[in-house]
Amino acid sequence: MPLYHDEDQAMLADTARGFMADEGNITKQLRHWRDRDCPDGFGHALWKQMAEMGFTGMLVGEEDGGLGMGHVEAGIVLEEIGRNLTPSPFLTSSVLAATALKHGSAELKGRYLPGLIAGDSVFAVAVDETAKHRPSRITTRAEKSGNGFKLTGAKSFVIQGASADMLVVAARTSGGDDDDDGITLFAVPKDAANMSHDALRLVDSSMATHTKFDGTELDGDAVIGEVDGGREVLNAMLTAGRIGAAAEGVGVASGAMDMTVDYLKQRKQFGQLIGEFQALQHRASHLYSEVEIARAVVIKAQQLLDAGAESAELMSSVAKAKVAKAAGLSVKEGVQMHGGIGMTDEYDIGLYMKRDRALQEFLGDAYFHANRVAELSGY
Amino acid sequence: MSDLETFRSETRDWLEANCPAEMRQPVRDDDDVYWGGRRATFKNDAQKAWFEACRDKGYTVPAWPKAYGGAGLSAPEAKVLRQEMSRIGARPPLSSFGIWMLGPALLQFGTEGQKQRFLNEIARGEIRWCQGYSEPGSGSDLVSMQTFGEDKGDHWTVNGQKIWTSYADEADWIFCLVRTDKDNKYKGITFMLFDMAGGGVTTKPILLISGNSPFCETFFDDVTVPKSYGEDCPGFVGEIGRGWDVAKYLLGHEREMISGMGGGERTAAIGTAMKRHSAKTGDDLDPALRSDLAMFDVDALAFTAMAEKFMDEMKSGKGHPAQPNMMKYVGTELNKRRHELMMSVGGSRSLEWDSEETRGGKAPRDWLRTKANSIEGGTSEVMLNVISKRILELPGS
Repeated sequence: MPLYHDEDQAMLADTARGFMADEGNITKQLRHWRDRDCPDGFGHALWKQMAEMGFTGMLVGEEDGGLGMGHVEAGIVLEEIGRNLTPSPFLTSSVLAATALKHGSAELKGRYLPGLIAGDSVFAVAVDETAKHRPSRITTRAEKSGNGFKLTGAKSFVIQGASADMLVVAARTSGGDDDDDGITLFAVPKDAANMSHDALRLVDSSMATHTKFDGTELDGDAVIGEVDGGREVLNAMLTAGRIGAAAEGVGVASGAMDMTVDYLKQRKQFGQLIGEFQALQHRASHLYSEVEIARAVVIKAQQLLDAGAESAELMSSVAKAKVAKAAGLSVKEGVQMHGGIGMTDEYDIGLYMKRDRALQEFLGDAYFHANRVAELSGY
Repeated sequence: MSDLETFRSETRDWLEANCPAEMRQPVRDDDDVYWGGRRATFKNDAQKAWFEACRDKGYTVPAWPKAYGGAGLSAPEAKVLRQEMSRIGARPPLSSFGIWMLGPALLQFGTEGQKQRFLNEIARGEIRWCQGYSEPGSGSDLVSMQTFGEDKGDHWTVNGQKIWTSYADEADWIFCLVRTDKDNKYKGITFMLFDMAGGGVTTKPILLISGNSPFCETFFDDVTVPKSYGEDCPGFVGEIGRGWDVAKYLLGHEREMISGMGGGERTAAIGTAMKRHSAKTGDDLDPALRSDLAMFDVDALAFTAMAEKFMDEMKSGKGHPAQPNMMKYVGTELNKRRHELMMSVGGSRSLEWDSEETRGGKAPRDWLRTKANSIEGGTSEVMLNVISKRILELPGS
């Protein structure tokens, strides 16, 4: 398969680009909700529109009422989300939770997927327990209680946790904190007893929670997949999420780069356009190269994942790390080349810098993933 | 079975019958590569047999038309041949700047008479060519070159000096940029072809920091270059005064060729091999070095995907025409970084300059050689200029 979009995918990209630029742009969404201190941090109306566009259920199988598309297609939407800094539940709900639910029972799917596809429901994912992404260590415990389970522990960096109708929670049902086995994934409904959220606004104006489980009671049918066999589902969910986050990161990187290159063609100092200065030209050209490579490795990872290739796991980490570096470079060069105006809230370039920082951290930063590349390669 | 699969199976049989076992070993020394030419000698019978079998089959230049010494293979067939040769580790039967550089220029700009004569000579390994582009005062600013050909009616008298002429001391003929109009910078250069044994040409190898001398200084002292070598066979390519068009085409071709290697050994991940290597010498990788290796592998694996995407886009005409400049920039910078890391992993062992255990100091010599990657064929800085201008469309310069 060639490493570029086929005809259908190119059409989807055109549609997604137009839609996100019109409806998901920074003025209409990010700034609008931020300036109103919206407790969700995103607009439900846009989520509903995204459902009408067919985006919300892209990765859901046709037999479950979705479109049965792949990660290349989801990545197309994510890149436009990134370019417009559009706050939405797409990555956590339509990519991460939807991937986990593929492994769920018919009953779970029936309970949650129609709401996702219709844009009525929002899902969150609770994996991290410390300030850094360390999914190998899960200390939140789920103990048998009657026909169900009782959850005890705490999760952090739960994006949109307080807005979510359901949280996918990774908990330990057996073994020690660092064991590979003994993990179980649960679909925890928002009204579950003894669950509390401490909601916070993050640097990029998105909303996240520290979530406490204090003997949270769950039915037995809240289990996604097999009891004690959740590591595989968790890994599948994380791989899909990382490749999705990387696609969004390419959008952030491109959006910031395009703004910056435009600025170099408009801003005059010393009687000339600053884009005429070679000192800036070379940095812009280097940045272009890095962003192009980031885009290439993301589509490679998407295609491998869609093909069910084993190497998708390694490539997901390569992609996440490469994008983190490229997007980080793009926003930093962006602010610097904009000069003083780049430091103002009025100008959008700073918003790219904030979003990039949050996205880099989500599901593992460049250090985490470079280290994982080394481990998967045996060194 | 499709035609292509039939071709694959025939090719396998042919390679099995014609490629000697010795020619399926990796190239280790300089004389493992056969360059052809009037003064060429074979290292052994196997090298001779393999070259002659390929020459007779048109496989020294498989994709060139049969009339010019090739095998007339279609692009998919040529790819099958490459795959099958690489499967058995077959060495290239003939290497030359005629195949890589002059051939493509003649196929694009040459007359029928030039193609008949020069392409056949190249394909049959009879004439070894070298390239005369750079001058001491004209490196990145190649178009400022001064070597001058004075018009003498049916010939030019050429005076001047070229530098970085690869293997000029072993070459028979040179394709050479010569100024024929001093008043016209871009349209005053002619792409000439001439015999280096015709008198007035001297070559002097340049000793490099790697201890090797693959390049020469080449001096022209009243060299006579005929305007014609017979019917329909001019002594220049394209038009008189328009040699810069040919040179630019060739530089683009060269960058594409360098980019095309992106998926190969130059950019592969190295961490796994480095870990093995340090275990062999009884060393541990320092954690900070391991981190750098991991970051390198991220970049290398990502660039491998970029190289694949680049090739796919080239084939379908989707890519930006200036994209080879980006590939050349990133690929060569990555290769330099790769060898820096290999030197660090190798430690004091990789400092040994001529010991037998290190195959004559291969590691440090290769490391030093890579420093030229981002200079030759257009420096990294020139590549960045081109990206700014042609892709990002930044103003000025």
